[in-house]
Amino acid sequence: MPTGVQKELYVLRRRPAYEKFVDSSFRTIAISMASMVALILVAILIVVFWGSLESMGRYGWKFLVTSNWNPVDDEYGVLTAIYGTAVTSLLSLLIAIPLGVGTAIFITESFIPTRAKNIIGLMIELLAAIPSVVLGLWAIFVMEPFLRPLLSFLYIYFGWIPFFSTQPMGPGMTPAILILVVMILPIITAISRDSLNQVPISLRQAAYGVGATRWSTIINVILPAAISGIAGGVLLALGRAMGETMAVTMIIGNSNNFSWSLLGPGNTIAAMLANQFGEADGTQVSSLYYAAFILMVITLAVNIVSQWLVKRLSLKY
Amino acid sequence: MTGEATSISGDPPSNLYYKPGLRRNRTNRIFTLLSGLFSFVAILPLILVLTYVIFKGATRLSISLFTMLPPPPGLDGGGIGNAILGTIIVTCIAGMIAIPVGVGGGIYLAEYAREGAFSRFIRFGTNVLSGVPSIITGVFVYDIIVSSRIILGSSYSAIAGGVALSILMLPTVIKTTDEGLKLVPDNLRKGALGVGASKFVTITHITLPMAFTPIATGVVLSVARAAGETAPLIFTALFSYYWPSGSDAFFNPIATLSVLIYNFSTQPYQVQNELAWAASFILVVFILAMNILSRWIGHLTSK
Amino acid sequence: MTATSSPRPSQISTDPCISLQNVTISYNEFEAVRHVYCEIPRGKITALIGPSGCGKSTILRSLNRMNDLIEGCSLTGRVMFDGDDLYSPNIDPVEVRRRIGMVFQQPNPFPKSIYENIAFGARINGYKGDMNELVERSLRQAAVWDECKDKLKESGCSLSGGQQQRLCIARTIAIEPEVILMDEPCSALDPISTLKIEETMHELKNRFTIVIVTHNMQQAVRVSDFTAFFNAEAQEGGSGKVGYLVEFNETEKIFHSPAQEATQNYISGRFG
Ligand SMILES: Nc1ncnc2c1ncn2[C@@H]1O[C@H](COP(=O)(O)OP(=O)(O)OP(=O)(O)O)[C@@H](O)[C@H]1O
Ligand SMILES: [Mg+2]
Repeated sequence: MPTGVQKELYVLRRRPAYEKFVDSSFRTIAISMASMVALILVAILIVVFWGSLESMGRYGWKFLVTSNWNPVDDEYGVLTAIYGTAVTSLLSLLIAIPLGVGTAIFITESFIPTRAKNIIGLMIELLAAIPSVVLGLWAIFVMEPFLRPLLSFLYIYFGWIPFFSTQPMGPGMTPAILILVVMILPIITAISRDSLNQVPISLRQAAYGVGATRWSTIINVILPAAISGIAGGVLLALGRAMGETMAVTMIIGNSNNFSWSLLGPGNTIAAMLANQFGEADGTQVSSLYYAAFILMVITLAVNIVSQWLVKRLSLKY
Repeated sequence: MTGEATSISGDPPSNLYYKPGLRRNRTNRIFTLLSGLFSFVAILPLILVLTYVIFKGATRLSISLFTMLPPPPGLDGGGIGNAILGTIIVTCIAGMIAIPVGVGGGIYLAEYAREGAFSRFIRFGTNVLSGVPSIITGVFVYDIIVSSRIILGSSYSAIAGGVALSILMLPTVIKTTDEGLKLVPDNLRKGALGVGASKFVTITHITLPMAFTPIATGVVLSVARAAGETAPLIFTALFSYYWPSGSDAFFNPIATLSVLIYNFSTQPYQVQNELAWAASFILVVFILAMNILSRWIGHLTSK
Repeated sequence: MTATSSPRPSQISTDPCISLQNVTISYNEFEAVRHVYCEIPRGKITALIGPSGCGKSTILRSLNRMNDLIEGCSLTGRVMFDGDDLYSPNIDPVEVRRRIGMVFQQPNPFPKSIYENIAFGARINGYKGDMNELVERSLRQAAVWDECKDKLKESGCSLSGGQQQRLCIARTIAIEPEVILMDEPCSALDPISTLKIEETMHELKNRFTIVIVTHNMQQAVRVSDFTAFFNAEAQEGGSGKVGYLVEFNETEKIFHSPAQEATQNYISGRFG
């Protein structure tokens, strides 16, 4: 058609239709893939909510405060699992915060050579990579037998306290709490470490400059400056602890009977789902969905607040 | 003139020597000791778990472990060959779904999206999705795939398990792709667009290859994490005592290492317990190897 | 003239407060300043001048062991203060910093209230007097009282850069060290505040020894009694420039009849 050397050399000077098509369809594909995230999230919420409608209608709020879980009479209340979820996650947090923040301080302030710091940091990252089912196996065969005499001691001498009021006889809440500590420690350590590293050196200099000691600097100046990031990490860990399933299921004992005792078996919402969901039918399924919905809403709220806190930190410096 | 340089509380200036007995110095030593102790306690579980997994798992290592099926309760011998193969199959299915979708989503966020409500929402959703408890992902996939028998009428299947794992991998892949692409300097993009390359060509030929390392690192890590996940599999992929065979492999229940560990750890038979330790050993070795691989990829290109 | 044959120890002062004896400071392998001999007289203001990167801040930080915070920073030679070598192993750096205070190049108030910014240092130094009175007095001396007397409870970071710097000076004054080190304290200040700070320094020098780094020749002339001129020179075989002390003398002499040609060039702006 056209004449002239130029046009023959650059036959693609005008973009052919197929190239435009590739371009625009690629864009469309990318958008739809990004939308998948939103789609899945909304679908999960809908599915879980839909599944729990029957149980919600039947038990309403009472579901949260009654503790009989009885497939025979078809009566369900989730208090035992809520108590278990709250107690295991909060107590494990209570132990993991000082450990994690202490470790983070130890590997960010210059107590030990950089090499040693990196090795400890690496080991903690690897700890995060160990699958929870392996930790559960270890808890069953190693930790719990080792722990039992100690817990029996608690029972014998402090049995009058409701929390120690049952004889430890195998899986129970305490080993579950300890294994949760192992699982959330890396999260708290990693995020605390990042937050501490972001505190500008000039603040350190300021404190040392007026004659503060190392720990006075850490406690009065550095930790307060890093606190919002650390708090975000702690909340993230809380969300993880509440939703953690396998290790807890394997070691908590899966008891549906309510007990205050931390030495005896208990249950968490996640463990209950893992245990019963596959074999349940009727109202039990719906009740499990209801429990899942509660877990989902709480973890979502915790996660959103933690994201907000972590973002606030990155805005400040 | 000299006498005026007195300290604030009126005491004569003390000398400069380190005084170990001073309260502040004692407090400091205690805190330092404490934080060191905490670090030790923090790495102790890793050391203990690895030691046990190696001692209890590696002793059971043999050829038959890889080639044989788990024995029926009460019998000796056997292996976990089907679970090893199953983990590979399910993880591959998950990767084949999560990697394209995740990379695509990441490309959208980094290359197309303007700062706006939609991209903020997607980024937010990605973070939220990564916080959803994995057991709930299992419930979700059970509901839409297993109980609805939507995939060729099969209920529990390798595909259902793969889909569940892919939902877990997705946020990580999106995030690392997004962040990896953002590291590519904008000049390169402008340069390519400036010589008349289309956006598609720019992304596939310039920016994606440049961002290969961080993306690969993230993908490898997410695969490692998926391989160890159990909760989403227990009522999606379920378990099987047989070899996955032919195309049926995808549409039937399938054994995986992680579910095998879960099931066998609670059985009252020593043989099964030993197999659970052996499976843990293989899983942990695989996961640590993947972690080291991802570090190595990062190291390789940082030079 | 090379760094190694640098000037003899100056014998001007009869009452040295801090004396540096053959001090060499390096960051990892890199020597930043080398072979510095210098006696900083008590109760006077000493200015350190010299081109950027010649190691003024490095020397200043070495006087109260602030370099300890920088990983890989090491010092050879001796820094004598009050009869002790600050770098001998049994010296407590915290004790050193309580008696040798520092104001930094960049203002760095604590992210606490203005009041707390002053009170924190005083408290950890064991101050037992009236804290309100101390806060007011320190802020007044640092010429920043009028600007923040109404907002003592607000964050120190809410002040302007110049005000922040004066707050940092107030914070240092409040712990009443024997020596105050100032690293370009006025670089973020307007001329009026600069003048105020300079007046403050004149008042303080009756009680304190002051060492100040400045890039402003006029300021050195206005405030200081003694001046040390540093320069940096490329070393054969070495990477980067190594700083050294060229000349140390009364400010009057440095600026009117310098002994070294390099000094003459620098102060008259013919440097390069
Ligand atoms: N933290 C550090 N790590 C490594 N090298 C450093 C560090 N601080 C300073 N240096 C190096 O030491 C040399 C002296 O730096 P210094 O900050 O003392 O110079 P200066 O005279 O204060 O300069 P300026 O007038 O710009 O403040 C420079 O070459 C610098 O690169
Ligand atoms: Mg400087």
